[in-house]
Amino acid sequence: MSTIQSPPAPGSTARSGTEPSGSRRRKRSARASDRGASRVFRWLATGAGALILVTLAAVAVFLVVKAWPALSMPSDELVKQVGLLRNSTSLLDYIGPLVFGTVLAAALALIFAVPVAIGIALFISHYAPRRLANGLGYMIDLLAAVPSVVYGLWGALVLSPKVQPIWAWLNETFGWFPLFGGKVSPTARVLLTVAIVLAVMILPIITAVSREVFLQTPRLHEEAALALGATRWEMIRTAVLPFGRSGVISAAMLGLGRALGETMAVLMILSPGFLYSFHILEAGQQQSIAANIAAQFPEANPIGVSTLIATGLALFVITLLVNMAARAIVARRKDFSGAN
Amino acid sequence: MTTIAPEVGNSELRALLKYVDKRRHRKNRIMKWLVVAAFVLAMAPLLSVSWTVISYGIERFNAYFLTHSMRGVYGGMDAGGVYHAIVGTIEITLFAALISVPVGLLTAIYLVEYGRGRLARWVTFFVDVMTGIPSIVAGLFAYALFAVILGPGVRMGAVGSVALSVLMIPVVVRSSEEMLRLVPNELREAALALGAPRWIVVIKVVLRTAVAGIVTGVMIAVGRVIGETAPLLITVGVIDSINFNLFDGRMMTLPVYVYGQFQQGLVPCTEGQANCIATVAYDRAWAGALTLILIVMLLNLVARLVTRFFAPKNLG
Repeated sequence: MSTIQSPPAPGSTARSGTEPSGSRRRKRSARASDRGASRVFRWLATGAGALILVTLAAVAVFLVVKAWPALSMPSDELVKQVGLLRNSTSLLDYIGPLVFGTVLAAALALIFAVPVAIGIALFISHYAPRRLANGLGYMIDLLAAVPSVVYGLWGALVLSPKVQPIWAWLNETFGWFPLFGGKVSPTARVLLTVAIVLAVMILPIITAVSREVFLQTPRLHEEAALALGATRWEMIRTAVLPFGRSGVISAAMLGLGRALGETMAVLMILSPGFLYSFHILEAGQQQSIAANIAAQFPEANPIGVSTLIATGLALFVITLLVNMAARAIVARRKDFSGAN
Repeated sequence: MTTIAPEVGNSELRALLKYVDKRRHRKNRIMKWLVVAAFVLAMAPLLSVSWTVISYGIERFNAYFLTHSMRGVYGGMDAGGVYHAIVGTIEITLFAALISVPVGLLTAIYLVEYGRGRLARWVTFFVDVMTGIPSIVAGLFAYALFAVILGPGVRMGAVGSVALSVLMIPVVVRSSEEMLRLVPNELREAALALGAPRWIVVIKVVLRTAVAGIVTGVMIAVGRVIGETAPLLITVGVIDSINFNLFDGRMMTLPVYVYGQFQQGLVPCTEGQANCIATVAYDRAWAGALTLILIVMLLNLVARLVTRFFAPKNLG
């Protein structure tokens, strides 16, 4: 992103026509290099850039257009026509628990993933031998290459049976704590299992961005800390972590955006429910927006589809805000280019 | 006397220098182990996923599986394969790449060669934001777009391609942009000084120099969208037969196939029934997952090889 401030200036010779002296001649030369096919090509390239903005706007517009029938219909009418809403009183009443479930799952995933990701990033940037660091970073990137449906399959068929005894123990020992309360599920197809799989899925992006920032810590700061007698951990705590704080925050928000929108892992692992419930060890309590859309979409009637698209619109707005905030923080750090 | 004083000072100094604050060092060591533990912890799921996918998937992963569709396969039959899903995945992903690569590459060229001012800043920012669009929202967008144009209930491969290209374009832009910025300015200036028009310079000099990196970026982007399930589930639907036509009817894709087989769950087999395997759906799901992972890994590997062998050596 820094390069926007100081772009390579290939066109500077052709574009200096703004100077007042001898402007006529320069203008002609500017026109000469921007004629015919060159001009068409420039328009093509600019058009493609503009198309990106148009696409993003189109996503919002088309979602609103298709969600409008559900958004504009009076609540009682909508509840009558849409089977999905049989337990709700209005559209908002339907979206509410879904938003709650989505945010709860993503927040839990973030709590698990951020400390581990910071640890891995530090390991690769400051602990691992230089020669190994690249290969170890590649191993972490491999986690991102595994398709989400495979994580879903693994979470449902391999992880759930393995963690069930642990969840049962947690429920027995710490059942007084609201999160672990309720009746523990015998299959472990619950939100805590989902959160763990989501955490694995967002680890690579958080690690990649944090690693980039940690590597950019000024060498002099680190050496100064070491020269004052700091141990390696003290050097990291006093020089590396404060320098990388905003980068880590934005990395965490990027991970949050991913976790909010993840469909398959939630769809395949979680046994869904539509409650405002903090019982993450109990089955049939929560559901996320994305998984709900994927589960209900094939069988929904036209107005039901419209309702689901309305929930999708809510998800789009939430992730857009999270991502924009994250990118704005990254963009403010001038000499940091995102690791994406 | 004057020589002794420093001696005493030296020994005191030496004692001070040798003095180790136990607590600080213990903390240092604990932190080191925690950091290493974090890395090991992250490797555990990777190893577990790859081990289970390979060990469960290898059983059904054979030539028969790769060359047969699911047409006429029901119950616990010891039959059925993934051919129709491979066809669908390849066609839909290639068409998505056909849409995304020109748009993404031209956008990258705009950002690097022409981008000045507000539009370029906005494009850069929103390309980054676009990388975070949830895949299901991209699917809903493609569905809504085609529903508005062609009427509701359209299910065809091309809709899925549009959904995937929404996810793929930002990845292509980011990686191509990085590669184009690596092309040294001297090359551009030399070509311009020889009188070549701008577009020739971009196509024959800049793109020519960066082609290896761009190909790598595109393959990594393809590898990322080829595993997308949710958008294809809601736009392309599912089918058991082979469909080669992107623009007519439902198609099967590998991730959706895996999900579909997983959803079927255990097959109820009666005692002593011939040709009935209770876990056949799960077995197919694992074998499908293995196929998918092999394709993704192959793409990643080829991408790495392209960079290694075709990158111009004298860049920089």
